Amino acid sequence: MRILVLLKMVPDVVEELEVAPDGRSLDIEFLRLMVNERDDHALEEALLLKERYGGSVTVLALDAPEMDDALFTALAKGADRAVKVSDGGAGLNTRATASLFAQALSAVPDLWPADLVLTGCQAIDDLDGLLAPLLAHELNLPYLGLVTRVEVSGGEATLVKEYAGGVRGEFGVLLPAVLGVQAAERPPRYVPVARVRAAMKSQKIEAVPSAGEVEAVPVEVLHLAKPEATEHAEMLEGTSEEVAGKVCEVLAERGLL
Amino acid sequence: MGDGAVPAEQMIGEMTLENFREFPEGRKVLTCIQCGLCAGACPYGEAMDYPPRRIIGMLRAGMLEQVFASDSLLNCVACYACAAKCPRKIDLTGVLLPMVKEQVLIHRPDMPSELQRALESKLRYGNPMGESPRKRAAWVKTAGAPIRIMAEDPRPADVLWFVECYTSYYPRGQDNSRATARILHALGIDFAILGNEERCAGECGPLSWEPGLFNTLMEYNMAILQKYSFKRLVTSCPHAYDAFQHRYPYLGFRYPLDHTTPFIAHHLERLKPMLTRKLDYTVTYHDSCCLGRHNGFYDEPRMLLQAIPGVRLTEMTHNRVNTICCGGGGGGMWLDTYYKARGYERLSERRVREAVATGADVLAVSCTYEVPRFEDALKVLGYDKKMIVRDVTELLAEAMEG
Amino acid sequence: MAGDIWALAEAWKGQVSEITYEMLALGREVAEGLGRGLQAVLLGHEVKGLAETLGLADGVLCVDHPALAGPPAEASCRVLGQLVRERGPTAILTPLTNVSWDVTTSLAAHLQAPFISFCKDAQVQDGRLQARCVLYGGKMEAIVVAGGGPTVLGILPGARPAEKGRAERTPSVEEVAVSLPEAPRAVFKNFIEPEAGDVDIARQEVLVAVGRGIQSQDNLALAGELARALGGAVCGSRPVIDQGWLPLSRQVGKSGAIVKPRLYLAAGVSGAPEHVEGMKDASLIVAINTDPQAPIFNVAHYGVVADALDLLPLITEEVRKVVSEKP
Repeated sequence: MRILVLLKMVPDVVEELEVAPDGRSLDIEFLRLMVNERDDHALEEALLLKERYGGSVTVLALDAPEMDDALFTALAKGADRAVKVSDGGAGLNTRATASLFAQALSAVPDLWPADLVLTGCQAIDDLDGLLAPLLAHELNLPYLGLVTRVEVSGGEATLVKEYAGGVRGEFGVLLPAVLGVQAAERPPRYVPVARVRAAMKSQKIEAVPSAGEVEAVPVEVLHLAKPEATEHAEMLEGTSEEVAGKVCEVLAERGLL
Repeated sequence: MGDGAVPAEQMIGEMTLENFREFPEGRKVLTCIQCGLCAGACPYGEAMDYPPRRIIGMLRAGMLEQVFASDSLLNCVACYACAAKCPRKIDLTGVLLPMVKEQVLIHRPDMPSELQRALESKLRYGNPMGESPRKRAAWVKTAGAPIRIMAEDPRPADVLWFVECYTSYYPRGQDNSRATARILHALGIDFAILGNEERCAGECGPLSWEPGLFNTLMEYNMAILQKYSFKRLVTSCPHAYDAFQHRYPYLGFRYPLDHTTPFIAHHLERLKPMLTRKLDYTVTYHDSCCLGRHNGFYDEPRMLLQAIPGVRLTEMTHNRVNTICCGGGGGGMWLDTYYKARGYERLSERRVREAVATGADVLAVSCTYEVPRFEDALKVLGYDKKMIVRDVTELLAEAMEG
Repeated sequence: MAGDIWALAEAWKGQVSEITYEMLALGREVAEGLGRGLQAVLLGHEVKGLAETLGLADGVLCVDHPALAGPPAEASCRVLGQLVRERGPTAILTPLTNVSWDVTTSLAAHLQAPFISFCKDAQVQDGRLQARCVLYGGKMEAIVVAGGGPTVLGILPGARPAEKGRAERTPSVEEVAVSLPEAPRAVFKNFIEPEAGDVDIARQEVLVAVGRGIQSQDNLALAGELARALGGAVCGSRPVIDQGWLPLSRQVGKSGAIVKPRLYLAAGVSGAPEHVEGMKDASLIVAINTDPQAPIFNVAHYGVVADALDLLPLITEEVRKVVSEKP
């Protein structure tokens, strides 16, 4: 089985996000990027599938700060190959990202064909749409999102995806396909730092230039700002005991006790 | 406790289960006489399938794979009780167990999630809480005393105060830091901190389980320390003290080193006249594993406590070298869920029972992990109205009027 | 009519979802702002009867076809694409829900049209459609416009009150015939229901919710104690379920249950949009979080900046005291 995993960097919201002077983008001075959380799940699911069915996992990403760390970490976790598209540009809109990935698949030798393309089902900066369906459209492949489990038999995958209220749905899809992973079957594994450092010494990331141009952004941000809280909770203050008492008063007022 | 330069061979990550026979400390492991004093001393000894004695037995029999597959090592809180008792003086805690723990981590696909998150956070953010490194020095604003941050004012300082994670980010730890700042000022110490440039020294968790992570943190901190000029490093955290004392010398750490408690004890003559407020407390002191058992600082905290007017000291049954670990070491800080799920009593609860049995009002500590662990244990056992937990520095500051 | 505003209705388990009415309300405002009409689009199998509930729209385009049975997927996308190309709406409002997930972005891709996601609001400014979008898990908001062609918008739940999207009148329904020659490449097999026998959190009057701030599984007991004292049940946000600390049936939010209890007490829940979707209509929301900036405080009625692990047992004790003192 050949599996491709696409990784994308998104702003790390542990850091305070600020708006740049232009009023329409993020201030990059203290901005830190991290791998999209759902992409970590996509990688984990890919590694589980490799353990189950054999084959290879190739990780593909657009270059960005700290991307190398993420790619070596993926290699240390068990991915077989890591490819980085240079001049990809962090902060590209999702549609451009999808185009660059699609172009890389035909430009980079021995990347395509693959059986499965996995990526996170969504990211916090997907303003102009989700990566997985955009890529699926470019590649003319079937797509399903919110996937939480994949099994493969013959040229077909059976997968489970989420709906609402705890209800899930089972689908069959002909391979190759693009899947947006919501959660891997187990939480993303830990990899010892020594392994990552060893990967940095013994393995390489293939850096390939981005092929061709990307179409103009069809979606424009006029203004970016921290949200005004139109409402805000009435905050209860005091010592822990005092607050516990106040909470009970509120509950009692509403007839909940 | 000065330089103590450590020979290059002992850097963690260099000695492994493949090559340890090439090192003197490694060869010493093989001289074990299988007496079992280690297992007897271990606070979780009964819960372990493989206490140190059995691990060495398995090692000699070439059967370590079984140890790696077991979760026995998750019960080791790196408290040095076994190493303190070993008649062969094998450095079980510092040498043998980390090598084995590293392999357990590699072999176990299902590491407890809390520990995983703590380790990942340490790597990415330099602290186990997962807080932004840019908030590490936020507590300085509430310190109540001016605190110089090297990055803002890089003039040389006498003392570089390495604050550490819990004492920077955790509210009760910040209480400790504020008290320490007050004392350092009162003593007229010329000090500075690294502020947001500081990262976890890497002892807890990384040293036990994750030598690669430890090396990364150590390299980072050494590079930062080398930017500035100072005469002595003083740290609030006994685990950091351990790391600086026994590991960082490999990367050239040569600074005179102190933990805050013995450091303040050096200056007790000058501090004593400032301890004017009488504290009517009966205090029992808990010897920390790193500061006490591993590095021998038993008298200094007691000297400080006895210098406080009104304080009456009483000892727990297990004190000094026999102290019972609070359970926070070796990654234990992030394994409480794991222990609870297996029905183990938390070591902090065991210890708190002993403390309460002395009849004291205050449980005094010197390690930043002990405050949250003992306060939690007091609450869980319902003793939180009977006894409070205070770091020695907090008590000293409380005794300073004005 | 060409240039209309369309709202893609969502039918789930034989009913029209709330978000459909929310989108109709929003769509009506936008349509009026542009001087256009509002069409509802209803796809599915044996769904014709649902069309009459969409009266706020001027009309309903209904496509009823066996290939559209089951949850919306590839076939829905193709049909919508055909309809849009034939009839040229200005914009199509689509639900950002798990049910319609697979259709929304794909539709825009099919049409080579712009997609604007995470819309919590939309309005007309200088004759142009503008969206207000939530980004970075709620940390930022953006005002966004799109270039030419029909724009597909992903509308978040809660953009407008659902009542505003209902109307007494019965809309005109146009049944559209479509051809679906190709078999879809992804085939729906069956639903997997959550395990029966567990508590139905959607039926509970009192819910104590735990999030990442609960830190570890054994702290769940603290929430359990309070829930018991209040006669309710424990539920959780996604991270807690992902860790396996609570079963799927206890998840509140986008992928879990939408709940409207009399009391929702959120302990250590940050208030990410996906979770808030599931509980924002609770009658009383009390939130405990150590972070004063946590988004949950924007939706809660009462808030406390504190460690839930400290506060929960105190509240439980207080509740027990009050309840035991009642005559």
